[in-house]
Amino acid sequence: MIELENVAYGYGDNALFSQLSLTLAPGSFHFLTGPSGAGKTTLLRLCYADLRAMKGKVRLFGEDAAALDRDAVAMSRRRIGVVHQDCQFLDHLSIAENIALPLTVSGRANEAAGNLQELLNWVGLGEQADQLPPELSGGERQRAALARAVIVSPDVIIADEPTGNVDWEMSQRLLSLLIELNKMGKTILIATHDLTMIRAAKSDVSARVLRLKDGQLLQAGAEL
Amino acid sequence: MKALLDLLFGDPQADRSVPQTGTTARLTVFVAAVMAFLAVIALAVSLTTNRVASLWAEELAQSATLRLPADPANADALLLAALDVLETTPGVSRVRALSQDEQKALLEPWFGPDLPLDALPMPQLIEVVAGGDGYDAEGLRARLSAQVPGAILDDHTAWREPLLEAASRVRLIGWTVIILIGATVAAMITLAAQASLAANVRVISVLRLVGAKDAYIARAFVRRFTLRAGGGAIVGTLFGVIVVSLMPKGDASGSLLMGVGFEGAEWLWPLLIPLLAAIVAFFATRAAAFRRLKEQT
Repeated sequence: MIELENVAYGYGDNALFSQLSLTLAPGSFHFLTGPSGAGKTTLLRLCYADLRAMKGKVRLFGEDAAALDRDAVAMSRRRIGVVHQDCQFLDHLSIAENIALPLTVSGRANEAAGNLQELLNWVGLGEQADQLPPELSGGERQRAALARAVIVSPDVIIADEPTGNVDWEMSQRLLSLLIELNKMGKTILIATHDLTMIRAAKSDVSARVLRLKDGQLLQAGAEL
Repeated sequence: MKALLDLLFGDPQADRSVPQTGTTARLTVFVAAVMAFLAVIALAVSLTTNRVASLWAEELAQSATLRLPADPANADALLLAALDVLETTPGVSRVRALSQDEQKALLEPWFGPDLPLDALPMPQLIEVVAGGDGYDAEGLRARLSAQVPGAILDDHTAWREPLLEAASRVRLIGWTVIILIGATVAAMITLAAQASLAANVRVISVLRLVGAKDAYIARAFVRRFTLRAGGGAIVGTLFGVIVVSLMPKGDASGSLLMGVGFEGAEWLWPLLIPLLAAIVAFFATRAAAFRRLKEQT
């Protein structure tokens, strides 16, 4: 699905990593942990071609990301659902319109009608469809972001701290949604600080836990 | 045709992706309206100049004046000889010797109404009107110099050429003004589009996150600015046409200052202004949008 091979990236003179490799196989479930500033969000952005690697190769669905033009990147994004920590909604559109946005931009708005209500009910937002994003709580926004990420049935779901702004109960609910998606065959990559969520998930899904620290991506082990 | 229909009717859902920005919307409509109004006035001046210049050129090209020497002793003989030459010249359709009263009227603006014309040796003037393809002026001059010595044929070339040159320059200035108005509209729309794109960086970022192609994002801005410019230009053109239609009409002599306006099919020309404004806005916004989207990669 997505492969990073000896990838380097940094900001200014500050190199975050210089030879980082990662493979997201179809149907796999990955947690990405590490201290703040280690480069987790940067790594995720490289995975959906929001950033271009300074060195090394990023392959999206077998294609070299560096060789993709902007339209090809857009096409790849339609196969990757992204959940941001700050959700990234268009505040002038209703929650239903925001969730349907991936269908709208790909010219499939007519498909939204049937799927949308089902999806809203699935994430527990059936009653909030017409509300604007600022009117929702943090947890509701996170669930809406997850609904938007999955509405086009992407192959990969990338989530950056999806439980960062929600309480434990809501984080469990979001996690169970992601596990459910993984069981449907979706590849999942979640960046999180929340070790309790990782422990909870390991009982339900075969997840690989990666730790990014000092520019190195390591398999986390027994400490979890 | 599909592109035109898309532009006119668009995709309401896609249009809603980009929030309405009141200031740039009002600014675009206002600028387009003002520029369209000025374009109508410039067009009216240009077309009027064209029409009046054509009228003058036609009138002056058709007529000439033959001036006989002021020789009271041989005046009748000279007149008869000149009329004989003129009437036998191919291409001359009509000749007419001006009466004393007509000649007096011509001199009156310079010498006043009490001019004692009888006491002055006045040259006789003959009006020569060409017909068909006209006559050979050089050949006529040669025959006149042989049969009516001292007669001078003035075919108005000396008058006509500077007039036509002046009219041509006024026309050129009119079209230059219209082109400059078009360029100003393009510049203003580009600035407004750039401001709108800059104010919507986050919107563009979200649209890209969910897989929107550049063409989709650009279309939302292009359609909006094209319709605003076209709508504003319709209002400005309407006002311009009303103002032109209220201007005082010229007299039959074709006075330029008194006759600015449209005649007949010329009234259709202003209809092109909103269309051109929309086309200019379309390409200006499209260029600005794609440039911005390329920079925001």
